[in-house]
Amino acid sequence: MKTTDTPAPVPAESGTPVAKTDTRGGPARKEKKEGGVLNVFSHGMLILWAFMVVMPLLWAVMTSFKDDSSIFNSPWALPDKLHFDNWSRAWTDANMSDYFLNTILVVAGSLIGTLVLGSMAAYVLARFDFPGNRFIYFLFIGGMSFPIMLALVPLFYVVNNMGLLNTIHGLILVYIAYSLPFTVFFLTAFFRTLPTSVAEAAFVDGASHSRTFFQIMLPMAKPGLISVGIFNFLGQWNQYMLPTVLNTDPDKRVLTQGLVQLAASQGYKGDWSGLFAGLVMAMIPVLVAYIIFQRQVVAGLTAGALK
Amino acid sequence: MQHGKYRFIVGFLALPLGLYALFVVWPFIQSIYYSFTDWTGLSPEFKMVGLDNYRRMLDDEIFWKSLQHSLIFALVLPLVTISLALFFSFMINVGGRKRRGGPVVTGVRGSSFYKIVYFFPQVLSIAIVALLFAFAYNPDSGAINSILRGIGLGSVQPLWLGDPSLALWAVMAVLVWSTVGFFVVLFSAGMASIPADLYEAALLDGAGRASTFFRITLPLLWDTVQSGWVYMGILALGAESFAVVQIMTTGPGGPDYSTTVMVLYVYQKAFRDGQAAYATTIGVALLVVTLAFAALVMRLGRRERLEY
Repeated sequence: MKTTDTPAPVPAESGTPVAKTDTRGGPARKEKKEGGVLNVFSHGMLILWAFMVVMPLLWAVMTSFKDDSSIFNSPWALPDKLHFDNWSRAWTDANMSDYFLNTILVVAGSLIGTLVLGSMAAYVLARFDFPGNRFIYFLFIGGMSFPIMLALVPLFYVVNNMGLLNTIHGLILVYIAYSLPFTVFFLTAFFRTLPTSVAEAAFVDGASHSRTFFQIMLPMAKPGLISVGIFNFLGQWNQYMLPTVLNTDPDKRVLTQGLVQLAASQGYKGDWSGLFAGLVMAMIPVLVAYIIFQRQVVAGLTAGALK
Repeated sequence: MQHGKYRFIVGFLALPLGLYALFVVWPFIQSIYYSFTDWTGLSPEFKMVGLDNYRRMLDDEIFWKSLQHSLIFALVLPLVTISLALFFSFMINVGGRKRRGGPVVTGVRGSSFYKIVYFFPQVLSIAIVALLFAFAYNPDSGAINSILRGIGLGSVQPLWLGDPSLALWAVMAVLVWSTVGFFVVLFSAGMASIPADLYEAALLDGAGRASTFFRITLPLLWDTVQSGWVYMGILALGAESFAVVQIMTTGPGGPDYSTTVMVLYVYQKAFRDGQAAYATTIGVALLVVTLAFAALVMRLGRRERLEY
């Protein structure tokens, strides 16, 4: 486990690793000893895995354009024609539009909440010395390693007693609470790396603590906020366990939940093609986001594992 | 910087700490307390029953099955996933042939493409991945058996998720599929920080790929591998295995509880069977297993730290 003082994010960008030292081409000859067999095997494995990753996704896209009978009779055949009606059926009849909307609401609310509350707590913990600082810090960090399921049973009743069961805002509050451990951990390390002089100067000039934070420290922490924001976005968008337990109202379902429910009820009236269209629909936003923000996603997620 | 300091600290910590205490810490403490009661979760009344739940757990055959499966998850999954990921990331970052004028250590051709593609599954929700593979495993119309028929193995048509002896492995394969890419990227980041002159020296001494890997890369990457191992184990014991088992296997929990895992069993006892207290007891056992696993990996993996 890395200790907490690892300077925040950025696991080195690794497109061309270790490219610094160039050589004069001395030792190349030795490599010929390595048999072609090993080479073929290694490349073969790499290509095979790439296939194994891509094929199921392509298969899903293909299937989402087929009609039900060809899904069953010839799973790998190309669609006879593109059945776009699957997509429109999934979007409206199968409530995918509602699930999307719910997910967007929940994730937007909790993402903003997580970043604001997480950075406030992290800033105080990183920059101020007060009794109990260490204790609170470790209380937050401890949350990263215990099994969530253990807390879920009483959590259900806590949420229920507060009248927050099956509500969007209830879900938001719980998402925020469960995102705080990693967010606080990550941002505390990040705030420690920022220079203190700027904040001190602002304070001397008469800015209050909170003004210093919102107008000076937060903008400076932008790279850290982006990394941890992407990490939380993916985690919250993909969350399945929390909504399954805390959100049983059919109208409030989020994407993952809605799809699983649809599949469980025999793909709403045996409409498998529509279900596949829904599945693909749910995959598209994150895949697109990943391709666009590839570097940040990778930096954010790998930083997550180095806790 | 003293003026109004404490008011500021309290003001900034109150909300995050309050939320965290209310929704995470408090339920967590409560659940340990509830494990000593006979609370059903359905009515507010309960009384203390001491260790009854724990005794019952030790006699519960399904609990033992779920424990066994969770242990298989925690041991086999990291082993397979991390081995594959180490192999791939070594090939991608170090395994390439030297090209004239290029750097000494380089990945195979197309390495950045592999890195991007391998990571795809990691950004998808595990619930969606589980659904997709539940269809792919379908014995009659699923993609996998259809491929088997296509390549002339029509006689081999496993039931996959319907076969009690296969289902657990079929489910685990999905978790491997979805996590390998993450570790490839993680290890790649680690490998990028290994100084090139070490490789250069090894090459001069005539080291092949295998010995380069075992003598240089793996020892220097050990810390990352170890924390990845713990991370994967916690994942395999927790939320991810819940999603795949609950979504993919019938029951859920598989034919004859053949795929049930501890985290699923907690869920079922609490929210299906109305035995909240007993569920928290299994939850405590899950906590113990998780902590023991992490401690074990950290202990067995301890090595002299290599400086470079």
